[in-house]
Amino acid sequence: MATGGAVNVTVRFFASLREAVGVDCLTVQPDEPTLGGLRCALAGLLDAAQWEAVAARSVQVALNQAIVKDDAALAEGDEVAFLPAVTGG
Amino acid sequence: MRADVRIQTADFDIAEEWAACRQRCGGAAGAIVAFGGLVRDRAGNADVRGLYLEHYPGMTEASIERICEEAAGRWRLLDATVIHRVGDLASEDQIVLVLVASGHRPDAFAACEFIMDYLKTDAVFWKKERRRGGDVWIEATPSDRQRRAGWKRTA
Repeated sequence: MATGGAVNVTVRFFASLREAVGVDCLTVQPDEPTLGGLRCALAGLLDAAQWEAVAARSVQVALNQAIVKDDAALAEGDEVAFLPAVTGG
Repeated sequence: MRADVRIQTADFDIAEEWAACRQRCGGAAGAIVAFGGLVRDRAGNADVRGLYLEHYPGMTEASIERICEEAAGRWRLLDATVIHRVGDLASEDQIVLVLVASGHRPDAFAACEFIMDYLKTDAVFWKKERRRGGDVWIEATPSDRQRRAGWKRTA
Protein backbone atom coordinates (compact mmCIF):
# COMPACT_ATOMS: atom_id res chain seq x y z
CA MET A 1 0.00 0.00 0.00
CA ALA A 2 1.22 3.49 -0.90
CA THR A 3 2.59 5.89 1.69
CA GLY A 4 -0.19 8.02 3.12
CA GLY A 5 -2.80 5.30 2.67
CA ALA A 6 -4.96 4.15 -0.18
CA VAL A 7 -7.19 6.59 -2.01
CA ASN A 8 -10.46 5.87 -3.78
CA VAL A 9 -10.96 7.68 -7.05
CA THR A 10 -13.97 7.82 -9.31
CA VAL A 11 -13.12 6.95 -12.90
CA ARG A 12 -15.44 8.13 -15.67
CA PHE A 13 -15.53 7.07 -19.31
CA PHE A 14 -17.21 9.13 -22.00
CA ALA A 15 -18.66 8.50 -25.45
CA SER A 16 -16.79 5.78 -27.39
CA LEU A 17 -14.80 4.82 -24.27
CA ARG A 18 -17.95 4.32 -22.23
CA GLU A 19 -19.18 1.98 -24.96
CA ALA A 20 -15.82 0.17 -25.16
CA VAL A 21 -15.58 -0.34 -21.39
CA GLY A 22 -19.29 -0.98 -20.92
CA VAL A 23 -19.74 1.27 -17.86
CA ASP A 24 -19.66 5.05 -17.41
CA CYS A 25 -18.20 5.00 -13.92
CA LEU A 26 -15.91 2.90 -11.69
CA THR A 27 -14.44 3.33 -8.23
CA VAL A 28 -10.77 2.33 -8.20
CA GLN A 29 -8.15 2.16 -5.44
CA PRO A 30 -4.74 2.34 -7.17
CA ASP A 31 -1.61 1.00 -5.40
CA GLU A 32 0.16 4.25 -6.12
CA PRO A 33 -1.90 7.47 -5.81
CA THR A 34 -0.94 8.95 -9.18
CA LEU A 35 -2.51 8.86 -12.61
CA GLY A 36 0.23 6.41 -13.65
CA GLY A 37 -0.76 4.20 -10.70
CA LEU A 38 -4.39 4.40 -11.73
CA ARG A 39 -3.45 3.34 -15.27
CA CYS A 40 -1.72 0.24 -13.82
CA ALA A 41 -4.82 -0.57 -11.79
CA LEU A 42 -7.09 -0.16 -14.81
CA ALA A 43 -4.83 -2.31 -16.99
CA GLY A 44 -5.43 -5.08 -14.44
CA LEU A 45 -9.18 -4.50 -14.14
CA LEU A 46 -10.07 -4.16 -17.82
CA ASP A 47 -9.80 -6.77 -20.52
CA ALA A 48 -7.31 -6.30 -23.38
CA ALA A 49 -9.72 -4.64 -25.83
CA GLN A 50 -11.11 -2.29 -23.16
CA TRP A 51 -7.64 -1.30 -21.99
CA GLU A 52 -6.45 -0.71 -25.56
CA ALA A 53 -9.31 1.78 -26.05
CA VAL A 54 -8.59 3.59 -22.77
CA ALA A 55 -4.81 3.72 -23.34
CA ALA A 56 -5.06 5.05 -26.93
CA ARG A 57 -2.79 8.02 -27.64
CA SER A 58 -5.72 10.24 -28.66
CA VAL A 59 -7.36 9.82 -25.23
CA GLN A 60 -6.90 12.75 -22.84
CA VAL A 61 -7.26 12.46 -19.09
CA ALA A 62 -8.96 15.04 -16.89
CA LEU A 63 -8.44 15.18 -13.13
CA ASN A 64 -11.34 16.99 -11.48
CA GLN A 65 -12.18 18.37 -14.95
CA ALA A 66 -8.69 19.72 -15.81
CA ILE A 67 -6.44 17.94 -18.35
CA VAL A 68 -3.41 16.35 -16.64
CA LYS A 69 -0.32 14.23 -17.35
CA ASP A 70 0.61 10.81 -15.96
CA ASP A 71 2.56 12.13 -12.94
CA ALA A 72 -0.53 13.90 -11.52
CA ALA A 73 -1.11 13.02 -7.85
CA LEU A 74 -4.49 11.63 -6.83
CA ALA A 75 -6.34 12.32 -3.58
CA GLU A 76 -9.33 10.68 -1.92
CA GLY A 77 -12.54 11.42 -3.83
CA ASP A 78 -10.85 12.70 -6.99
CA GLU A 79 -12.64 12.26 -10.29
CA VAL A 80 -10.54 11.05 -13.22
CA ALA A 81 -12.18 11.13 -16.64
CA PHE A 82 -10.93 9.45 -19.80
CA LEU A 83 -11.87 11.60 -22.79
CA PRO A 84 -11.77 10.46 -26.40
CA ALA A 85 -11.00 13.07 -29.11
CA VAL A 86 -13.57 15.88 -28.88
CA THR A 87 -15.59 17.70 -31.51
CA GLY A 88 -18.35 20.24 -31.10
CA GLY A 89 -20.27 22.63 -33.30
CA MET B 1 -17.41 41.04 -21.37
CA ARG B 2 -20.39 38.97 -20.37
CA ALA B 3 -20.38 35.40 -21.67
CA ASP B 4 -23.46 33.22 -21.40
CA VAL B 5 -22.81 29.52 -22.07
CA ARG B 6 -25.67 27.06 -22.11
CA ILE B 7 -25.72 23.34 -22.85
CA GLN B 8 -29.22 22.01 -23.33
CA THR B 9 -31.29 19.34 -25.03
CA ALA B 10 -34.03 21.87 -25.88
CA ASP B 11 -34.10 23.90 -29.07
CA PHE B 12 -33.34 27.65 -29.01
CA ASP B 13 -34.83 30.74 -30.63
CA ILE B 14 -32.24 32.96 -32.34
CA ALA B 15 -34.63 35.94 -32.44
CA GLU B 16 -35.17 35.73 -28.69
CA GLU B 17 -31.42 35.53 -27.96
CA TRP B 18 -30.74 38.38 -30.39
CA ALA B 19 -33.32 40.62 -28.69
CA ALA B 20 -31.94 39.78 -25.22
CA CYS B 21 -28.40 40.58 -26.40
CA ARG B 22 -29.53 43.92 -27.87
CA GLN B 23 -31.23 44.80 -24.64
CA ARG B 24 -28.18 43.94 -22.52
CA CYS B 25 -25.80 45.95 -24.71
CA GLY B 26 -27.99 49.00 -25.16
CA GLY B 27 -26.34 51.78 -27.13
CA ALA B 28 -22.83 50.38 -26.71
CA ALA B 29 -23.29 47.76 -29.44
CA GLY B 30 -22.67 48.70 -33.04
CA ALA B 31 -22.87 45.13 -34.32
CA ILE B 32 -24.26 41.74 -33.43
CA VAL B 33 -23.16 38.69 -35.41
CA ALA B 34 -25.01 35.39 -35.02
CA PHE B 35 -23.99 32.00 -36.31
CA GLY B 36 -26.50 29.15 -36.30
CA GLY B 37 -25.26 25.62 -36.91
CA LEU B 38 -27.68 23.04 -38.29
CA VAL B 39 -27.64 19.28 -38.66
CA ARG B 40 -27.32 18.87 -42.40
CA ASP B 41 -28.07 15.82 -44.49
CA ARG B 42 -24.68 14.17 -44.56
CA ALA B 43 -23.59 14.82 -48.16
CA GLY B 44 -26.60 12.99 -49.50
CA ASN B 45 -25.77 9.97 -47.38
CA ALA B 46 -29.17 8.42 -46.83
CA ASP B 47 -27.65 6.06 -44.27
CA VAL B 48 -27.19 8.84 -41.71
CA ARG B 49 -30.39 9.29 -39.73
CA GLY B 50 -29.24 11.83 -37.16
CA LEU B 51 -26.70 12.83 -34.55
CA TYR B 52 -26.23 12.12 -30.87
CA LEU B 53 -24.19 14.59 -28.83
CA GLU B 54 -22.69 13.97 -25.42
CA HIS B 55 -20.89 16.33 -23.03
CA TYR B 56 -19.12 16.36 -19.65
CA PRO B 57 -21.24 18.62 -17.43
CA GLY B 58 -19.04 21.30 -15.89
CA MET B 59 -15.95 20.68 -17.99
CA THR B 60 -17.79 21.36 -21.25
CA GLU B 61 -19.15 24.71 -20.04
CA ALA B 62 -15.67 25.65 -18.75
CA SER B 63 -14.09 24.75 -22.11
CA ILE B 64 -16.50 27.09 -23.92
CA GLU B 65 -16.06 29.87 -21.35
CA ARG B 66 -12.30 29.65 -21.97
CA ILE B 67 -12.86 30.00 -25.73
CA CYS B 68 -15.03 33.10 -25.12
CA GLU B 69 -12.39 34.58 -22.80
CA GLU B 70 -9.73 34.02 -25.44
CA ALA B 71 -11.93 35.78 -28.01
CA ALA B 72 -12.45 38.67 -25.58
CA GLY B 73 -8.67 38.96 -25.27
CA ARG B 74 -8.30 39.34 -29.05
CA TRP B 75 -11.23 41.60 -29.93
CA ARG B 76 -13.29 44.29 -28.22
CA LEU B 77 -16.46 42.43 -27.30
CA LEU B 78 -19.46 43.42 -25.23
CA ASP B 79 -21.38 40.19 -24.99
CA ALA B 80 -21.20 36.57 -26.15
CA THR B 81 -23.85 33.86 -26.03
CA VAL B 82 -23.09 30.25 -26.89
CA ILE B 83 -25.90 27.70 -26.82
CA HIS B 84 -24.98 24.13 -27.70
CA ARG B 85 -27.49 21.33 -27.85
CA VAL B 86 -26.82 17.75 -26.72
CA GLY B 87 -28.71 14.49 -26.99
CA ASP B 88 -30.45 13.18 -30.09
CA LEU B 89 -30.78 15.55 -33.05
CA ALA B 90 -32.35 14.97 -36.43
CA SER B 91 -31.50 16.36 -39.86
CA GLU B 92 -32.36 20.09 -40.12
CA ASP B 93 -32.33 20.57 -36.32
CA GLN B 94 -30.47 23.52 -34.84
CA ILE B 95 -27.33 22.37 -33.03
CA VAL B 96 -25.39 25.47 -31.99
CA LEU B 97 -25.77 29.24 -31.66
CA VAL B 98 -22.89 31.70 -31.33
CA LEU B 99 -24.01 35.30 -30.84
CA VAL B 100 -21.43 38.05 -30.39
CA ALA B 101 -21.91 41.79 -29.83
CA SER B 102 -19.28 44.46 -30.22
CA GLY B 103 -18.99 48.18 -30.75
CA HIS B 104 -17.73 47.49 -34.24
CA ARG B 105 -18.50 45.08 -37.07
CA PRO B 106 -15.00 43.63 -37.72
CA ASP B 107 -14.60 42.54 -34.10
CA ALA B 108 -18.03 40.89 -34.00
CA PHE B 109 -17.50 39.01 -37.28
CA ALA B 110 -14.01 37.80 -36.36
CA ALA B 111 -14.89 36.76 -32.80
CA CYS B 112 -17.98 34.84 -33.91
CA GLU B 113 -15.96 32.87 -36.46
CA PHE B 114 -13.12 32.31 -33.98
CA ILE B 115 -15.46 30.97 -31.28
CA MET B 116 -17.15 28.65 -33.79
CA ASP B 117 -13.82 27.32 -35.12
CA TYR B 118 -12.60 26.63 -31.60
CA LEU B 119 -15.88 24.91 -30.67
CA LYS B 120 -15.08 22.33 -33.36
CA THR B 121 -11.69 21.40 -31.91
CA ASP B 122 -11.54 22.46 -28.24
CA ALA B 123 -15.03 22.25 -26.76
CA VAL B 124 -15.69 19.05 -24.82
CA PHE B 125 -18.35 17.31 -26.89
CA TRP B 126 -18.59 13.94 -28.55
CA LYS B 127 -20.69 13.39 -31.62
CA LYS B 128 -22.09 10.17 -32.97
CA GLU B 129 -23.66 9.68 -36.37
CA ARG B 130 -26.61 7.38 -36.30
CA ARG B 131 -26.29 5.26 -39.42
CA ARG B 132 -28.41 2.44 -40.69
CA GLY B 133 -25.50 0.03 -40.54
CA GLY B 134 -24.58 1.07 -36.96
CA ASP B 135 -23.56 4.20 -35.06
CA VAL B 136 -20.18 5.86 -35.65
CA TRP B 137 -18.35 8.33 -33.36
CA ILE B 138 -16.92 11.16 -35.42
CA GLU B 139 -13.95 13.45 -34.80
CA ALA B 140 -12.90 16.95 -35.79
CA THR B 141 -11.86 16.91 -39.47
CA PRO B 142 -8.40 17.95 -40.76
CA SER B 143 -10.04 21.10 -42.17
CA ASP B 144 -11.49 21.88 -38.70
CA ARG B 145 -7.94 21.62 -37.27
CA GLN B 146 -6.51 23.75 -40.07
CA ARG B 147 -9.03 26.52 -39.41
CA ARG B 148 -8.16 26.53 -35.71
CA ALA B 149 -4.42 26.56 -36.51
CA GLY B 150 -5.01 29.55 -38.80
CA TRP B 151 -6.14 31.64 -35.82
CA LYS B 152 -2.91 30.82 -33.98
CA ARG B 153 -0.80 32.19 -36.82
CA THR B 154 -2.66 35.47 -37.06
CA ALA B 155 -2.78 36.02 -33.29
